[in-house]
Amino acid sequence: MTFARPKFRHPDLPSNALGYTRRDYEGALSTLCAGCGHDSISNAIIQACYELPVAPHRVVKMSGIGCSSKTPAYFLSRSHGFNAVHGRMPAIATGANMADRDLLYLGVSGDGDTASIGLGQFTHVVRRNLNMVYIVMNNGCYGLTKGQDSATADRGSTSKKGTPNPFESIDLCELALQIGAGFVARGFSGDKSQLVPLLKAAMSCKGFSLVDVISPCVTFNNTAASTKSYQYVRDHAEATGTLDLVPPRQEITTDYQNGATQEVTLHDGSVIYLHKEDAARDITDRRAAIDALESHRAENRILTGILYCMDDGGDTHDMVKTSLRPLNSIGQEDLCPGNAALRQLMEGYR
Amino acid sequence: MEKITSINDCVIRFANVNGSGSASANNLFAKAVFRLGVPVSPKNIFPSNIQGLPTWYEVRVSEKGYMGRRGGADMVVAVNSQTLRQDYDELLPGGYFFYDSTRPLPEDFTRTDVTVIGIPLTDLCNREIENPRLRQLLKNIVYVGALAFLLDMGTQVFTDSLRRQFKKKPQLAEPNIKALEIGFAYAGEHQSGVCGLSIKSRSCNDGKIIMDGNSALALGAVWAGATVAGWYPITPSTSVVEAFDTFTKRFRTEPESGLRKAAIIQAEDELAAIGMVIGAAWNGARAFTATSGPGLSLMNEFLGLAYFAEIPVLLVDVQRAGPSTGMPTRTQQSDILTAAYASHGDTRHVLLFPASPRECFDMMVDGFDLAERLQSPVIIMSDLDLGMNDWISEPLSWDDARRYDRGKVLSAADLEGLKEWGRYRDVDGDGIGYRTCPGTHPSRGSYFTRGSSHNEDAAYTEVAPVYERGMNRLLTKWETARGLVPPSEERIADPDSRIGAVFFGTSAPAAFEALDILHDEGFAVNCLRLRAFPFQRQVTDFIDRHETVFVIEQNRDGQMRKLLLAEGEVPAAKLVPVLHFDGLPITARSISQQILQALPARKSSI
Repeated sequence: MTFARPKFRHPDLPSNALGYTRRDYEGALSTLCAGCGHDSISNAIIQACYELPVAPHRVVKMSGIGCSSKTPAYFLSRSHGFNAVHGRMPAIATGANMADRDLLYLGVSGDGDTASIGLGQFTHVVRRNLNMVYIVMNNGCYGLTKGQDSATADRGSTSKKGTPNPFESIDLCELALQIGAGFVARGFSGDKSQLVPLLKAAMSCKGFSLVDVISPCVTFNNTAASTKSYQYVRDHAEATGTLDLVPPRQEITTDYQNGATQEVTLHDGSVIYLHKEDAARDITDRRAAIDALESHRAENRILTGILYCMDDGGDTHDMVKTSLRPLNSIGQEDLCPGNAALRQLMEGYR
Repeated sequence: MEKITSINDCVIRFANVNGSGSASANNLFAKAVFRLGVPVSPKNIFPSNIQGLPTWYEVRVSEKGYMGRRGGADMVVAVNSQTLRQDYDELLPGGYFFYDSTRPLPEDFTRTDVTVIGIPLTDLCNREIENPRLRQLLKNIVYVGALAFLLDMGTQVFTDSLRRQFKKKPQLAEPNIKALEIGFAYAGEHQSGVCGLSIKSRSCNDGKIIMDGNSALALGAVWAGATVAGWYPITPSTSVVEAFDTFTKRFRTEPESGLRKAAIIQAEDELAAIGMVIGAAWNGARAFTATSGPGLSLMNEFLGLAYFAEIPVLLVDVQRAGPSTGMPTRTQQSDILTAAYASHGDTRHVLLFPASPRECFDMMVDGFDLAERLQSPVIIMSDLDLGMNDWISEPLSWDDARRYDRGKVLSAADLEGLKEWGRYRDVDGDGIGYRTCPGTHPSRGSYFTRGSSHNEDAAYTEVAPVYERGMNRLLTKWETARGLVPPSEERIADPDSRIGAVFFGTSAPAAFEALDILHDEGFAVNCLRLRAFPFQRQVTDFIDRHETVFVIEQNRDGQMRKLLLAEGEVPAAKLVPVLHFDGLPITARSISQQILQALPARKSSI
């Protein structure tokens, strides 16, 4: 059951450059547990879409099955949403994107939906660099079925069930880096000031943008021995830096000369400025990003923020060379070759 | 010994090694028969293998126009030493055994009831063809040349075909023509008057084409305006999407940009393939995929989603022999029940059963209209025999006045004009709601599509009567479908006859021929060729009018019979199964024998 919010809008609410207020990006009231990290991410999505800005009806919400996949009901009620079957959202998103390349595809998935049942589809949508934002609400456990470990639970991490997880975990960021994602970032649902700019940058990049957000499950996996608890993540997270996103055509007034800031220009002319903690880090270097993840992992540190960004403007459409027009907008007269062409073709079969 | 003699009525079996270049030579032969105006039906009987295993190509020539497989060979062109014995033994008495006499036949090849025709193919090639790399390939053309003489076909139709085939590379036509003439001349000199089979020019094929069903399906998709195909390669469906690729390159490339008005994505598996179709169709594009049995099994989950969330999906199932991996290169009609009820929960899907390339094209076009009108999956049930073999067919044609039926999709202007709207409200009483596509309107028409239970406005619900109402509305839609699917084809031999036959797809040509055989035996059998599921009233009426109805199909378990029993409320004893499931196309002989055997036992009721 989802609950409707009152439709009333205060007339003095501020609006963004497209004339929408923040409330125009909201959805139904959440039915998740109080304190769930996922609700913070939903709010960050609303904020990012409002700030960027993007028109709500130009966003398509995609999800699979699980607690995370319910959240698209809780934001952007003016957007179409598609709650697919478990682990298969990437295929639906791929088809939808093939039909209309002009919309913003915002996928929301969980760690079970992505790293277990959906790992196959996840890897292939990354390989094809589908132009979409893929947000993983990563809590290391299955909520709706009452707290089983998922494939992103760290080895030895212990949920409310009380048994340390005996299996190796899958690092979705590292995997995505290996197989061609254009943008890879890790966030934490407890750090909104970092998450909103990450989401805005992800939405501005063309190609596959993964934002893996550690999002503690307050009910089943927020224990003292869990590596996905609020406390553990706060104690062990280390950011690659802070970032600014300057949209296209906006005059760049700040001059970063200190050497610790890296700028990356996106295909649409937006610029990401990353103010780095480690001046030597290059966020356009895929191998360095993998190394950084590995070395932090070895020290039990969680590296957050932008890990990699390479927006060369190439996505699935460019790979398969489809028309620049949305395919769903092309009419019969432009698709059907007609009878004369068919009659001529038939000569080859006589 | 009595030699088989016939004009325009024979079966010639080519026994080859796969990967040896025989396919194009055999195809050249079949096409020559077609171009002489004589009905011909070639069947590939091939292994699931790339190179080195036995493969057969069985060409039936029938001036009467019987295009089903006949069975039995009047002549074998035995150019595969691995199967020489088998091919020799299986030749019909009075038949002709054509072999490469470069090496003598083994001594135990002692049949006295066959005529042996030796042509030293290898020797001729070694002697006459300078380029050693071409010898193997041209050996196949040499035997075609010899056949041209033996069957009295002349060389003209072959040389014309070769020139046409190599129009863009004329330098390749000449060595082929030379090889053809070598075979023709040798046979003329050494085997004159030996063969009693002949193929004489007629005009039975005027206006017709010869084409495989998979190409026709692909063309249907192009003409129907499909723009998205997600797919995973699987025999025997692969060539559907490969042909779609070829034809969209030709007909859908934007001249200025070189970009294509179609997106074809080779998926990681069949689950993803149909998921892409669902996503694209949901977003307003015409989308399809093609698969075979194992893929259909994998697609079950998503078919249930498309049924319940009401998304147009066009799925082609080119059936092969199951279960499991089965025989990937052999034919069957054995996915009927899986397709009709694919997925868990209460589901049912519209099925179409094409029986010719022309019908493949038409059903693909109609299938897109039906899927979008009904907002539900439509599955085209082809099979390997139709999909991968060449069939003589009426030419494909398109009515330029025809408009696509995109179904109930609301535009921004429609939404402006609506006071209220709910995705799954049945405002027209046909069980079909109005859908919207993402991005249509800034503030109206958005909804949340889900495979979980939903109310009329697409919101999640577990309220019992609301769920039940939705499921019952889908039944209303099913009745709408019943009124829209193509009707069956009925042929009434005798209005008073109490014997009927029901069949579909590639069983049709053999069944029609079998009915002629039965007619000659004194039995008038009326028949009905099913073209779609759900069954229309016409089908149950036909069964009601007859006391015994033979249900002819290519599977072990009588799946269509079961579907008729389940959906048609017909007494089980009335429907008599006539089955053929060895993986080779069904034959008229097998059908007529089964029916003749069953008839005396049922005399009391006839």
